Amino acid sequence: MAKRFLSGNEAFAYGIRLAKPQVISAYPITPQTIVVEKLSEMVEDGSLESEFIHVESEHSALSCAMGASAVGARAFTATSSQGLLYMAECLVYASGGRFPIVMMNANRSTALPWNIYGDQRDSISQLDSGWIQAYAENAQESLDFALMSYYIAEQKQVSTPFMVNLDGFVLTHTYEVVDVPSSEQADAFLPPYETENKLDLLKPKNLAFSAGPEHNTAFKYKEHIGMLNVKKAVADAEERFAEIFGRRYTGLTESYFTEDADYILITLGSIAGLVKETVDKLREKGERVGLLRLRYLRPFPNEEIAESVKNAKAVAVLEKDISFGNEGTVYTNVNSALQKSKISIPTSNYIGGLGGKNISQAEIETIFYDLKQEKFKVRFLSVGGDLK
Amino acid sequence: MTEILWHGRGGQGAFTAARLLGAAYSLRDDNSYALAFPSFGPERRGAPIRAFTKFADKPIGDRSEIQKADYIIFLDDTLFSDNAFSELKPEGKILLNTKRHINDERVITLDGDTLAADILGLPITNTVMLGAFAAVFDGIDLSDIEKAINENMPQKLHRKNIAVVTAAAKSIKKGSDI
Repeated sequence: MAKRFLSGNEAFAYGIRLAKPQVISAYPITPQTIVVEKLSEMVEDGSLESEFIHVESEHSALSCAMGASAVGARAFTATSSQGLLYMAECLVYASGGRFPIVMMNANRSTALPWNIYGDQRDSISQLDSGWIQAYAENAQESLDFALMSYYIAEQKQVSTPFMVNLDGFVLTHTYEVVDVPSSEQADAFLPPYETENKLDLLKPKNLAFSAGPEHNTAFKYKEHIGMLNVKKAVADAEERFAEIFGRRYTGLTESYFTEDADYILITLGSIAGLVKETVDKLREKGERVGLLRLRYLRPFPNEEIAESVKNAKAVAVLEKDISFGNEGTVYTNVNSALQKSKISIPTSNYIGGLGGKNISQAEIETIFYDLKQEKFKVRFLSVGGDLK
Repeated sequence: MTEILWHGRGGQGAFTAARLLGAAYSLRDDNSYALAFPSFGPERRGAPIRAFTKFADKPIGDRSEIQKADYIIFLDDTLFSDNAFSELKPEGKILLNTKRHINDERVITLDGDTLAADILGLPITNTVMLGAFAAVFDGIDLSDIEKAINENMPQKLHRKNIAVVTAAAKSIKKGSDI
């Protein structure tokens, strides 16, 4: 391994180089552009042997990756925001076709008003597309997701495409220290992609076919089972990863001082770093607070959430999303997890960071103190006014 | 945490300097961490830009822009005014590239334009100010900066930039002896 000072985008590109996809097809969009530029440089200088295909749109980028996956190749693409929405039609083709493509999405706000900065409304709008969705906290985890995502997606019992999300700019464009594994280590971790789900002249078969009312449900059921199998595949991948690289991850969620916490903030992505610092600060003052970070939104960590918050007095969900006319979608999902486990505690929802708006440590402290003072609500940070 | 705020104009390399400094600090051992990032947005040559470097002895979770800095570094003195002091912590210092004399003990000045013209043959002062910072800040050595330049800049730029970093550091040290 070698320490490098890299941005989130660059770290992800280094991780993809180690995963050796045979085909990369992508269309540039801020703030994803650098990961694609970096990979094209790697192909150009010969340090990555891959077919780099310049396409004319995001719709084509994912269509192209599917074509590659359908002949048994490992494929990569990347996008962001409007690009993700433009390829939405293809997202369900890739998941329904069970093609284990990996895509990096640089989380960015969606128009209008036009805005290039980070929030998570792009990927969260696609939770039902049948893709695994993971959210990185920092550049190291981004690189490690690049490697682990292929291992997980390509397990036969999973065979599901994998979207890794990096917060636009605050993660994609921020430089920090990253351990870059050696090629030998990466090869020991990630075997070449082998599948029977491909077009093969020696074993002819029909892929990407129609299924009418009689059979359609069975296919969707199998797709759901494939997604549920991700949890075990994540555990296996992380065990193998820890043995080879010495870094251990914690499954679908990461708990930070939740064991004895009265008040727990649930969030996802790079803001978790600031929440950890805030938990440290409040713990020094004797406050029993904790963080639960959702590393994955699909499959959704229902059991992990219930287990982590079962002894808490109240929880809040902080997310960079709003489902207009309801609440943040992560909040809806968290409440469902609690209800299924018969955990009846007050919950609050804070919508923040929209269009790249900074979330301050003072705002995070206020969330914890509001929980303690039994002020439960749905609220837009920096706008104010309780919605319920 | 030590927070360093860079002011420059698009094209002067303020973010490159912020990034080199982060690399210099964090790659020297396993217990040093840094973040470096520019002010995000459209890039325009000549427009005022800011860049940020943060140092700490543990991973840094706060990815937001620096509000109050320990050091503010100006690559271009047309961007400097008394407003700068509102961004400075009480014990903070300002490093200013200027030919002027500033009568304020918080401000350390350096004629970076002349050093850059003599050594680089270009009006680019980002690495000049990096050398000046290394002379002022105890926690970093010139050898750390040299290593960061060697690992993160194109090879043809190594020799002259290391020379200008060294000259800038010397010039600051000499000034402080007087």
